Amino acid sequence: MPQPRRLVEGNEAVAEGAIAAGARFFAGYPITPSTEIAEVLSRRLPQVGGHFVQMEDEIASIGAVIGASLAGAKALTATSGPGFSLMQESIGYASMAQVPCVIVDVMRGGPSTGLPTEPSQGDVMQARWGTHGEHSIIALVPSSVAECFSLTVEAFNLSEAYRTPVILLSDATIGHMREAVALPTRDELRVAERGEPDVEPDDYDDVMSTVDNIMPRPALGSRYAVHVTGLVYDRSRGGVPSTGTPSVAEGLGLYLREKIYHHRDAIARVEELEMEDAEVAIFAYGSVARSARAAMKWARRQGVKVGLVRPITLWPFPMAAVDHMAEQVRTIIVPEMNLKQMSWEVQAAVGGRAKVVDHGRIDGKLIRPEEIQNLIRREFYYHHFEETA
Amino acid sequence: MSALVDEELLEHAPHDTSLPRVAPHRTGEITQHLRTPKTLWCPGCSNGIVTRALIDAVLALELDPDRTCVIAGIGCAGRITAYLNWSTVHTAHGRALALATGAKSADPGLNVIVVMGDGDCVAIGGNHLIHAARRNIDVTAIVFNNSIYGMTGGQMSPTTFEGDLSTTSVYGNVEQAFDICELARAAGATYVARGTSYNYLRLAQLIAGGIAHKGFSFVEAMVACPTYYGRQNGVADPAEMLKVQKARAVPVDEFDHDGPRLRDRYPVGVLHHAERREYTAAYADVVRRAQAESRG
Amino acid sequence: MAESGSPTRAPARQEIRLSGSGGQGIILAATLLADAAVASGREVIATQSYGPEARGGASKAEVIVADDEIDFPEVTAPTITVCLSQEAFDAYAAQTERGGLVVYDERLVQATPLAQRRLVGLPFTHMAETELGKAIAANIVMLGAVQQLTGVVGAAALADAVRRRLPAKIVELNLRALKLGHAVASGPTGPRAPA
Repeated sequence: MPQPRRLVEGNEAVAEGAIAAGARFFAGYPITPSTEIAEVLSRRLPQVGGHFVQMEDEIASIGAVIGASLAGAKALTATSGPGFSLMQESIGYASMAQVPCVIVDVMRGGPSTGLPTEPSQGDVMQARWGTHGEHSIIALVPSSVAECFSLTVEAFNLSEAYRTPVILLSDATIGHMREAVALPTRDELRVAERGEPDVEPDDYDDVMSTVDNIMPRPALGSRYAVHVTGLVYDRSRGGVPSTGTPSVAEGLGLYLREKIYHHRDAIARVEELEMEDAEVAIFAYGSVARSARAAMKWARRQGVKVGLVRPITLWPFPMAAVDHMAEQVRTIIVPEMNLKQMSWEVQAAVGGRAKVVDHGRIDGKLIRPEEIQNLIRREFYYHHFEETA
Repeated sequence: MSALVDEELLEHAPHDTSLPRVAPHRTGEITQHLRTPKTLWCPGCSNGIVTRALIDAVLALELDPDRTCVIAGIGCAGRITAYLNWSTVHTAHGRALALATGAKSADPGLNVIVVMGDGDCVAIGGNHLIHAARRNIDVTAIVFNNSIYGMTGGQMSPTTFEGDLSTTSVYGNVEQAFDICELARAAGATYVARGTSYNYLRLAQLIAGGIAHKGFSFVEAMVACPTYYGRQNGVADPAEMLKVQKARAVPVDEFDHDGPRLRDRYPVGVLHHAERREYTAAYADVVRRAQAESRG
Repeated sequence: MAESGSPTRAPARQEIRLSGSGGQGIILAATLLADAAVASGREVIATQSYGPEARGGASKAEVIVADDEIDFPEVTAPTITVCLSQEAFDAYAAQTERGGLVVYDERLVQATPLAQRRLVGLPFTHMAETELGKAIAANIVMLGAVQQLTGVVGAAALADAVRRRLPAKIVELNLRALKLGHAVASGPTGPRAPA
């Protein structure tokens, strides 16, 4: 039985999702528009025997999250653009050292202090490439309060399964709005537990994870004397640093990429609406996908065949869905609250098979359905549209 | 790393009876706690001495090695994590105390020892140092202070003395050096000690005292870097550098606090010891209260 | 709607904007309205002004109520606008959808006529002071009146929201405030258009 329907704020749903996913550690630093996640967890975590700490800055916050995860706790932090930038170095560390953790970025207008209370999708590329060096990442984008909860749970499951940082890209609109939802209870959820490696400590250093068998990381202070490092390490020798052998560096780099990319069709989640006969598709994510859905419904009422492809997983890029879309439609409209960040990605994936129309907005205002409707009108210039929306 | 330790002499060295007793172990016993006997530390570097002192301190306190982890930053000191065969974490530069705060909070039963270099600890990681001290979290932080950035080849650090030469202070350093122990004390550390790699046994005892203390313990180990500090500042011989430590180190109860400091002389021993509520214990109370309220 | 005071069937999507000054309980009023709509099984989105905007003295909260899933989550042309300050009236009254309703506190707002909107001025603050002895309950008097005038939520659902959301010791006062709001909106002197 789900809990009764009630009014829940997006940020609160993230916090409750984290608790439901088994998160027992949060470290963070106050920043609009993510602060409610910290506030809720400061009250909720000790109730379930967990730990909340407000750190001295975002650099310390992600550091503490990594430390807690290494000690065996499911851990998260939450921030917004400026703090997300400060966390990038350690997100790379978590990626390199294969530390499961969840980073919630409630996107606001930027760069710099920017528009603290207004929504943006300006961090989607920072989520992908914000840390230096070749690495892979998983990023999920909620477009409702219900998804703030369910995707937080999913983020923890993926972080444990692939031993990687996972980023939840919310935004000021989604984080601050309250919606009527019935949050699931723990027994309705699939929650991945970390477990222990299925080898004895003496053998642990000799057994390498493969792309298909990613061993859980043993906790600090367990029977396994682990060594964790951000240096290139030799996966076949217990993870000791090895910076002088190009083949070791390449092997590690390829493994870190492949352990996620090899599974990207399994990881990628995409919602497709009215795509069966669509001639034009809207590719939209997060809060903007709601405007896109409104525009798509308007178009259908007007009698033109428009569908919606909504990536829930933004990274790894949902290549299969985009590929399918490129084969089917003649035009793909990509509205986003940045200037072409994902549109370029879609264009590269489409490779000329369909026209890609971008539509960006960076004034801190959510893209409105009418803006997308105007683009749809142009694609169906031969169609007679009713005057009223 | 045993070259500078005379085991016979050590066995008869005088103990400070106010600190935990540390009976130095034989090299064979020490190396059981190492993954490898080889290090990338330069000949004459003191880091091996402090590493051995740390192992001796942990053995003297009979800590369970499985429940002991060492978290270190980036720099020469940080490499200790690749040598010790306990659970070790080689973090990003400056972040050891941040990770340690998370690890200790998530598992308060874990013995957490943090190793940092001077740049690691008070330049890039300075903010984490003062806040870990303020929280009084039960972590023992050991800073290997060689007054220079060694890993990157001899640049000035926040503990390079005024007037000293480095590859980035070629006209002589014009900045004042940090007294890290004073910083840690002012920020709220409840155990602050300074020792030297010259006085091995006392250093091991000071580290043991820090680990035994419940709260944030800060131990500054003055170490010699002949390769990058010594050679640029006219004392290239490792033994000479240790003798300089001996000449400058003054037991804290004999130290003239109004006289010259740091470059010429510095107090050694336990500089500050106080009892204050430890962070994870305080948070355990929060958990009890929150659970009682949510049940009630 | 089973409750009394439901003049017309609610349209598929209603947008309600409550505006005034900080300290008038605008956000609480919106929350109670949203709670009542949620309990009635409808789709609801509630938003409020944040940050410097919220601290500048002005306060704004919005509720969207619909029968189907709500796509665009922001209010664009409110069907109902409530203004509890002159500043709010000047800023928001004219944004009300044509055919929509503007409700304001007649003691706090000097209303100017607006074409194609129904304007209703009622003495919420005055009544809360004189009838309840608590000016702070004006927001709940307003809610009762809005319920009576629009039927956007049921009266019983709204009373339930007050019982569930508010601390027990102030529930009784606020239920009286709701009733007062119902009465003033439907009473013999009734809602008045501006002179």
